[in-house]
Amino acid sequence: MFAYIVRRLVLMLLTLLGISIVIFVLLRIVPGNIVDILFDAAGMVDPADKADLQRQLGLDQPIALQYLHWIGGLLQGDLGYSYVSEKPALQEIFPRIPITARLAAFALLFSASFGIPLGVLSAVYQGSRLDYALRVVSLSGLSLPSFWLGLLILMASVAMFGSIPIFNPDPKTFGEMFATYCLPSLAVGFRSSALTMRITRSSMLEVLRQDYIRTARAKGASNTSVNFHHALKNAILPVITVVGIEAAFLIGGLIVTETVFNIPGIARFLVEAIRWRDYPIVQNLVMFIALVVVSANFIVDMLYAVFDPRIRYS
Amino acid sequence: MRSARAFAAAVLSLLVVATVARADEPKQGGIFRIYHRDSPANASIHEAATYSVNVPFMPVFNNLVIYDQSKPQNSMDDILPELAESWSWNEDRTALTFKLRQGIKWHDGKPFTSADVKCTFDMLMGKSPQKFRQNPRKAWYEEVSEVTTSGDFEASFKLKRPQPSLLALLASGYTPIYPCHVSPAEMRTHPIGTGPFKFVEFKANESIKLTRNPDYWKKGLPHLDGIEFTIIPNRSTAILAFVAGKFDMTFPTEVSIPLLKDVKAQAPNAVCVVEPTNVNTNIIVNSSSPPFDNLDIRRAMALALDRKAFISIMFEGQGDIGGTMLPAPAGLWSMPKEMLEQIPGYGPDVNANREEARKLMREAGYGPDKHLSVKVSTRNIPVYRDPAVILIDQLKTIYIDAELEVVETANWFSKVARKDYALGLNLTGNAVDDPDQAFYENYACGSERNYTNYCNKDIEKLFDAQSVETDLDKRKKLVWEIDKKLQEDVARPIIFHSRTGTCWQPYVKGITVMVNSSYNGYRYENVWLDK
Repeated sequence: MFAYIVRRLVLMLLTLLGISIVIFVLLRIVPGNIVDILFDAAGMVDPADKADLQRQLGLDQPIALQYLHWIGGLLQGDLGYSYVSEKPALQEIFPRIPITARLAAFALLFSASFGIPLGVLSAVYQGSRLDYALRVVSLSGLSLPSFWLGLLILMASVAMFGSIPIFNPDPKTFGEMFATYCLPSLAVGFRSSALTMRITRSSMLEVLRQDYIRTARAKGASNTSVNFHHALKNAILPVITVVGIEAAFLIGGLIVTETVFNIPGIARFLVEAIRWRDYPIVQNLVMFIALVVVSANFIVDMLYAVFDPRIRYS
Repeated sequence: MRSARAFAAAVLSLLVVATVARADEPKQGGIFRIYHRDSPANASIHEAATYSVNVPFMPVFNNLVIYDQSKPQNSMDDILPELAESWSWNEDRTALTFKLRQGIKWHDGKPFTSADVKCTFDMLMGKSPQKFRQNPRKAWYEEVSEVTTSGDFEASFKLKRPQPSLLALLASGYTPIYPCHVSPAEMRTHPIGTGPFKFVEFKANESIKLTRNPDYWKKGLPHLDGIEFTIIPNRSTAILAFVAGKFDMTFPTEVSIPLLKDVKAQAPNAVCVVEPTNVNTNIIVNSSSPPFDNLDIRRAMALALDRKAFISIMFEGQGDIGGTMLPAPAGLWSMPKEMLEQIPGYGPDVNANREEARKLMREAGYGPDKHLSVKVSTRNIPVYRDPAVILIDQLKTIYIDAELEVVETANWFSKVARKDYALGLNLTGNAVDDPDQAFYENYACGSERNYTNYCNKDIEKLFDAQSVETDLDKRKKLVWEIDKKLQEDVARPIIFHSRTGTCWQPYVKGITVMVNSSYNGYRYENVWLDK
């Protein structure tokens, strides 16, 4: 087990190194940099001033040197300076992480707490009206883009309550806290909960047909015990995989949701940084997201062993 | 009995008058909440080329002179002294001297002197050891040879030749005075001014906060305790938040005509105005390579334009047709209607214009059986993309099959500079309704913003002639002549001048939306909240 964990950690480091090279090169292949954007948009500029700014930002250096400079700084905890705000990148990124983390956690919580129980219900009552209703809900969840759902929530909120749940950095009441995080989480987590529900349902249906389930029922185990203790425990592995993958894909939904609900998290910040070609911000944010994704995958793999004692890593 | 009634009536009238007077009296206090359309790159007005910076940061500063903030139309007659007490021209109009106010302090407590004026303009002219990261309006001061000081409270602008427009440029929101003792880098992140509001914080993508300057040199002003801008790039969210009462005002001149209808339907009490912005939508033509190196094809294209259709589709009729200068009544320099209609393509009979265009196309070798294929390039932003689509549709009527090519903003200007386009759909904003700014910036040989590299030495002589002319009527006639020639040369065909909306809650008082510039009316010292 220990050897496996070490191997996985080494693999994680290699993956992160590969991502750092890919993102660094890709950013520089895309035409235009911050200097082009600033100067071309302003017009009426002196090309010497432009070259001077390029030199100041180190953009005139060879790409390999720029990469070594960045990665060297990263290893020492120095993320560089934002080209746009001229503040340390860490100072720009760090305050935004808890906002997005909270939103993502709420979205995953929503996804799991609705998706799994409803998936179980749908499987247990297969073919019933409830099953059909839940399948329609899950289909709609997969079909509704999160930006559209977000806008619908905002419009409904204005029409019904005369208020709008856009980001409040300092929520004072439970209602404000709910509006700040839960409604956006619902918008972003709805699709994920629908997917979780469908996977849980199909996995449960497979397990519920197994002999040991029949045996458990024959021994007089209650429905709750059979469904949740015997069946769900064995059906949960694919669900964990999906939730793990969804955690990685959540960033896509968060970009849109943070924009619609005006939440100043890292997802929207990343888009802005890409727009300005703010390399230090983009590179470090992508590395952070990559770290979260590979860590989530690692945790999911470890969870397999926890939920299914038959799995042993060697 | 009668006299008692008369007395009662008189008392009542006095009470009513007193109440009305009190109602009109500005109330002190309150935070003015506005949403901001995007996150500005920095807080330095001198380094900005967008009013996204002027709107939140103009309240931090003062100019030497400023357009009267209570008058919607910027004009020379309405320029008021600000940091300057008075100004005077010398006899041959080559020196403009300002007497400065005394006792004014920067927000950090240091005294304001003439050295700050000199510093600011030396940096703008590129003569200072301290440099701006970008200096987009350096060319505004091309005719200024130097700025000198005489004591702590007098500054003079020495000119290479007379330029009456200099005062107009100095009155723009783009011309604040910066402190000598604060570096350009600090001004980008924490601006220090002498204005009615002090900078508190700027959180990128989040908010900008300003607070009342209690030591403001204009006693009793500003009325507000502060201004808060919440950055909401998503337009739908921003409008919904305004409708829900989260904001006191929309971002100025940012509400499109269709959105304005939504606002009025959902917030009927909101005060909304639709005004010109002095931003025109135009076509940039690559005349250095085929097919548009042929003047006849360029003329045919200009003749094919149905400007009214653009305005009907995009603004439900609320737009203006004109040349380079903003049309009257908002604009001060536009040519008379009868003169405008003499220009090919501006005549009211669109079908006749297009028939003439088709004739020119046939002469150039194109016709119903041989269409000309081109690309219309533009930025990937709705205000650019939408008119480009209409243009493509209109060009079909003269045997031109155009295809839309959308380009990301980051690549747009370099593409234009490389001349990697045939036709481009472009927007041009003018910070000051003044011919010097519009002509030199967009049409002078060698100007970086002259994207098409249009260069006509005869017209350049006329640019200089109007620029030195001090007689307003004579100058106007020269400007009309220039504008007419620019349109006839198809230098950069102007399609329309846009109008957009601004809305505010009924309790917001003292807002003036300027009609001939989107860059100059955001000092906000007279704004107050009646609640």
